[in-house]
Amino acid sequence: MLSNDISVILPELLLAVFAMASLMIGVWSKKQEAVSNLILWATAIIFVVFGAWIGLSPEGTSTAFNGAFVNDGFARFSKVVMLWGGASMMVLSRDYLLKNDLLKYEYPALITLAMVGMMMMVSAGDLMALYMGLELQSLSLYVIAAFRRDSLRSTEAGLKYFVLGALSSGLLLYGASLVYGYTGTTSFTAISSVVTLEGVSLGLLFGLVFLATGMAFKVSAAPFHMWTPDVYEGSPTPVTGFFATAPKVAAAAMFARVLFDAFGEAVSDWQQILVFLSIASMFLGSIAAIGQKNIKRLMAYSSIAHMGFALMGLAAGTEEGAQSLLIYLAIYVTMNVGVFAFILNMERDGRPILSIDSLGMYSRVAPGRALALAILMFSLAGIPPLVGFFGKFYVLSAAVDAGLIWLAVAGVIASVIGAYYYLRIIFLMYFGEQTEGLNGTMPAAHWVFLGGAAAAMVLGVYNLFGVESIAGIAAATLIH
Amino acid sequence: MVITTLAFYLFALTAVASAILVIVSRNPVHSVLWLILTFFMSAGLFVLMGAEFLAMLLMIVYVGAVAVLFLFVVMMLDVDFATLRGGIAQYLPLGLLIGLILIMELGLVFGHWIFSENAPDLRAAVTPIPEEVENTAALGQLIYTDYIYLFQAAGLILFVAMIGAIVLTMRHRPNVKRQNILDQIYRDPGEAVEMKDVKPGQGI
Repeated sequence: MLSNDISVILPELLLAVFAMASLMIGVWSKKQEAVSNLILWATAIIFVVFGAWIGLSPEGTSTAFNGAFVNDGFARFSKVVMLWGGASMMVLSRDYLLKNDLLKYEYPALITLAMVGMMMMVSAGDLMALYMGLELQSLSLYVIAAFRRDSLRSTEAGLKYFVLGALSSGLLLYGASLVYGYTGTTSFTAISSVVTLEGVSLGLLFGLVFLATGMAFKVSAAPFHMWTPDVYEGSPTPVTGFFATAPKVAAAAMFARVLFDAFGEAVSDWQQILVFLSIASMFLGSIAAIGQKNIKRLMAYSSIAHMGFALMGLAAGTEEGAQSLLIYLAIYVTMNVGVFAFILNMERDGRPILSIDSLGMYSRVAPGRALALAILMFSLAGIPPLVGFFGKFYVLSAAVDAGLIWLAVAGVIASVIGAYYYLRIIFLMYFGEQTEGLNGTMPAAHWVFLGGAAAAMVLGVYNLFGVESIAGIAAATLIH
Repeated sequence: MVITTLAFYLFALTAVASAILVIVSRNPVHSVLWLILTFFMSAGLFVLMGAEFLAMLLMIVYVGAVAVLFLFVVMMLDVDFATLRGGIAQYLPLGLLIGLILIMELGLVFGHWIFSENAPDLRAAVTPIPEEVENTAALGQLIYTDYIYLFQAAGLILFVAMIGAIVLTMRHRPNVKRQNILDQIYRDPGEAVEMKDVKPGQGI
């Protein structure tokens, strides 16, 4: 029995063991920097290999530990996106860490442990398992947000993230306790059967609202987004890049898992919450980003707006909606990897510059990089025919098919407003004022990610690299 | 039966009285000591209810760790509690009002909410029958078998907390002299001591 359980959670188990082993190697070795470098690369490679392993493992749903852990197509899809996104950010972070004297072996180890937590989150089949995964992920992320401990901004970011994260965990836990109290179980399948039999009682509804609030904090959906800009701005840039990729996927996938697995029979009860979160996030993210001067803050607001779109897919409450959510997340992660590969190299005379105005006439300084960023910005804005447009197209059509036409209309309006600040960056790079701009060079590895992401945005137009059908299969396993 | 009732009133009254003393006593150290008494009395109440594991936890975690930590904080930090308490008369009516509103809302809600019909059965399904084992043993049976996954995950979380504390606070200071016992043992008197022949009436 136990061996069967272990074979189901083998990837998570091996990753956790790897994190511990890498810490031991780091502690016992004499040459700290060389070993840290080695561990960083090893972690990135292991993420890629594990992603391939999980992605290529056979279809089908298996559960372990009495249903606390579910390995289905939905979990596998999310895990592959998270692992590959995490691996990309790991490779990208190396130069920054080296330059700022931050290359310690704890960094990859903490990210690995966060990854284990995220994989537990998306595979949770039980409220307790979900909370454990969530806390493992959050706690690791608080630490790496404050990783640059000599910087006031970074410590502030870590502290803010910690306090608000603790608050949101408390809300989520309170909701979970109400759900347990009124249904008598924490297992998603059992909750679902109670909901099917008796509907959602008032107490259960309260629990559901608190659960949704806690998870909205984690995906940084408005009005629970307050921590995002400060944490994004204060954290070291590669950490910000990491925050914008894997944890977003994990939180959104966890959200979908709870809503569909446990409350799939009560779509009408949670649909209005999701619709509100979606509209608020899309508009707040789009409007508040307009005044931003710092590109990391801009990306924070951009992430809020994008989460609004992702939640629109969820709000549809259908299989098509879940599929569009997965497609959207995969595209969003790809775009963010590219953009952060660019942001990590925004520097003048070796000092990082994060102001947007420094991009003035950047197309003259580095035409290739400017072009790649322009493509990514067009794609983030959702301008056809780039891949970013298809992400938005799928969520909008899912919303329309679910009868939420006015939500789709609001989404289109928000996306038009949001296009302004993406296009402003392109405008600055090509027609802006010549400023004392950036002059840093870019390592080849970063070029691969920036160019690769931009190329994917163009080439993916053909068939989205098959993501659509894979996401369709994955979403089908979530809906019962 | 009478003894149980007596014990209940003893524990309950002492708990309430010492809880009041926590807020009214002038000396913060006394406050913490009253708090510890409150914890003890609550633990007694738990034992009366048959929840001896919770009583033990209250003793070990709250009295053993949290209260002692409070004591340390109170003694180490020079917090002027008198000024902190200064506004009590000012805020008391507002606090009481909020409390009243909460109680009324809870009362309204409690009469109306419906528990799922099979909730008690579902709750009982995962645990051993309470009449057969006491709850410490029941917890022991479950936590290392059915809930081993969650137990190990909790272990990982604590592990991350430990790494985090080290990453964020440990600094290597290069010029600190530390005792190395092995070095001391292997010290050779022939090298460590230098004999000088000092002539009478002269310095070195």
